[in-house]
Amino acid sequence: MAGNTEPLSPRAKLAVTAGKAAAAVSRAAGRGSGSVIGGKVALRLDPDLLGALAQHLDVVLVSATNGKTTTTRLIAEALRASGPVVSNALGANMPAGITSALAGGSDAKYGVIEVDEKYLAGVARDVTPKVIALLNLSRDQLDRAAETRMLAEKWREGLQGSKAVIVANCDDPLIVWSASSSQNVVWVAAGQEWKDDAWSCPSCGGVMQRPGDDWFCGECGFRRPTPSWVLSGDHVLDPHGSAWPIHLQLPGRANKANAASSAAVAAVFGVPPQVALERMYQVQAVAGRYDVITFQGRELRLLLAKNPAGWLETFSLIDPPPTPVILSVNARGADGTDTSWLWDVDYPRLAGHPIFVIGDRKLDLAVRLEVAGLDFRVCETLDEAVQLAPPGQIELIANYTAFQDVRRRVGN
Amino acid sequence: MSDNSLRLVWVYPDLLSTYGDQGNALVVERRARQRGLDVQRVDVRSDQPIPTSGDIYLIGGGEDRPQRLAAERLLRDGGLERAVSNGAIVFSVCAGYQILGNEFVNDMGERQEGLGLLDVVTVRGEGERCVGDVLADIDPRLNLPQLTGFENHQGVTHLGPTARPFARTRLGRGNGTGDGTEGAYNDTVFGTYMHGPVMARNPQIADLLLKLALDVNALPPIDDRWYEALRAERIAAATQPA
Ligand SMILES: [Zn+2]
Repeated sequence: MAGNTEPLSPRAKLAVTAGKAAAAVSRAAGRGSGSVIGGKVALRLDPDLLGALAQHLDVVLVSATNGKTTTTRLIAEALRASGPVVSNALGANMPAGITSALAGGSDAKYGVIEVDEKYLAGVARDVTPKVIALLNLSRDQLDRAAETRMLAEKWREGLQGSKAVIVANCDDPLIVWSASSSQNVVWVAAGQEWKDDAWSCPSCGGVMQRPGDDWFCGECGFRRPTPSWVLSGDHVLDPHGSAWPIHLQLPGRANKANAASSAAVAAVFGVPPQVALERMYQVQAVAGRYDVITFQGRELRLLLAKNPAGWLETFSLIDPPPTPVILSVNARGADGTDTSWLWDVDYPRLAGHPIFVIGDRKLDLAVRLEVAGLDFRVCETLDEAVQLAPPGQIELIANYTAFQDVRRRVGN
Repeated sequence: MSDNSLRLVWVYPDLLSTYGDQGNALVVERRARQRGLDVQRVDVRSDQPIPTSGDIYLIGGGEDRPQRLAAERLLRDGGLERAVSNGAIVFSVCAGYQILGNEFVNDMGERQEGLGLLDVVTVRGEGERCVGDVLADIDPRLNLPQLTGFENHQGVTHLGPTARPFARTRLGRGNGTGDGTEGAYNDTVFGTYMHGPVMARNPQIADLLLKLALDVNALPPIDDRWYEALRAERIAAATQPA
């Protein structure tokens, strides 16, 4: 249905060209890929550019607190089975970055787009997506982000009346609340380990009951919908009940959940789960995440965890003790400057691991670990932590800017 | 409390645990155990009755809607007021602090009745949200070192005649009234805008609650190395230009 036809208006063409020029200048100046600055210039010249660029594409939007970059990659890989794909694969997920990514894909059939949670409703209006994938919502950067339930409510209002197929995780009550105002929802039982943002019914405020994997509100009847896709261990069950094995190079339960949602998205476009899942195996590290690198003769696995839900999923995928773990936490602008979230992370799960602590806020982390009764060592640098770590592959878990610091240091 | 045991009650984590509030419960629990106390921690969900026999009650911060629901349920329950009249100690943060007052403004913009355990009234601030590091001097009567914390709130809390300011700010907004006050207390009931959580940077507050609960003047010392290092770093960071 895509790949058509109507050419860009002269104004839109000019905007795309200007955006590309700005991106080239930004790259030449050593300021990264230049995709965001290029998009900003282009959007200023033609504010309708995003919609115009998307007209030629079957668009999938992906949003969530955690896993949206990886899932965007998985979906893009799956849909390549059926045609060329353009995607903001580097995670520039606000309107300028999205515009820039779409401008680079004039021959594509599909646009697979990661969207920042705050911009989802607006982008969904601009690009008339065919599918919107909603994975999870939880607390993140509370000093500047919207309150979690308010965000769910914005999604709910923004998606009401959308013609898109919503592929949504029925194990997250906030996602169900966001999606259930829509006509056409495909529910995926993708699981969610983190539960502490949905003990209160998003609909009526009643206390949520959560026996086993089920959940419901005892007061208003808001409850978990019946899924048509189910993540079950290492398999995904399709709506016909057939089980398809998930083989990924990416580790962890959360990525299996991302694959299950991605398979459900691919099926909307007629890509069978078997084909979709086989293609997903291609996806390796995503912007350095999950990469295993060699540094000072040691193997380090780089893991990004930005908020309590992300840390929880990460703890479940690391190798068991005595594997050494390096933790790094910053609180710069992009991380949120409030470190109170450290107290929502279940650090006692690290008992038995030799633990090394680095990063701008290593002392906040040290007190957190002290109170958890864990043994740990505070180090000044990554190099020092690596030198002190006992033998074996090292798991390194860091939040956003701390992760970038580590990548820079190890040359990844 | 009975001899060697301490009942620590964490009020409504399902509604009021947004800003790492569990941290205060963890710090009090840890420091009590390090002093050889047998701690019984009770986390009370908002569909359960508040036990009235606790020694220390902790109430955290939350978003606007959960705050309204928590105040409604606490008022209906009545257990916290009974516990306080039995001499229990209450330490509250942010939304929890506002709920303990006489009145606050809820998510619908309406004035809502609080528990009246602190003589304070909270209105919605007109200016920008108060977000950032705070440095303050705690009321000298409490004999505590300087308060270092992080605030994030819109509310402005006015103190009535029977509430004392918990601290006077050197840096940051505290109660948001412009008079330099931060938090409030009255006998055994405390309120503050500091989360972070506040006990991680100010473990002496946890010890104060323990001393009040045990009715002692001093506690055996414990290894405060990491707390002290964190305190020093945050106080320096707050006082140095960025
Ligand atoms: Zn309900």
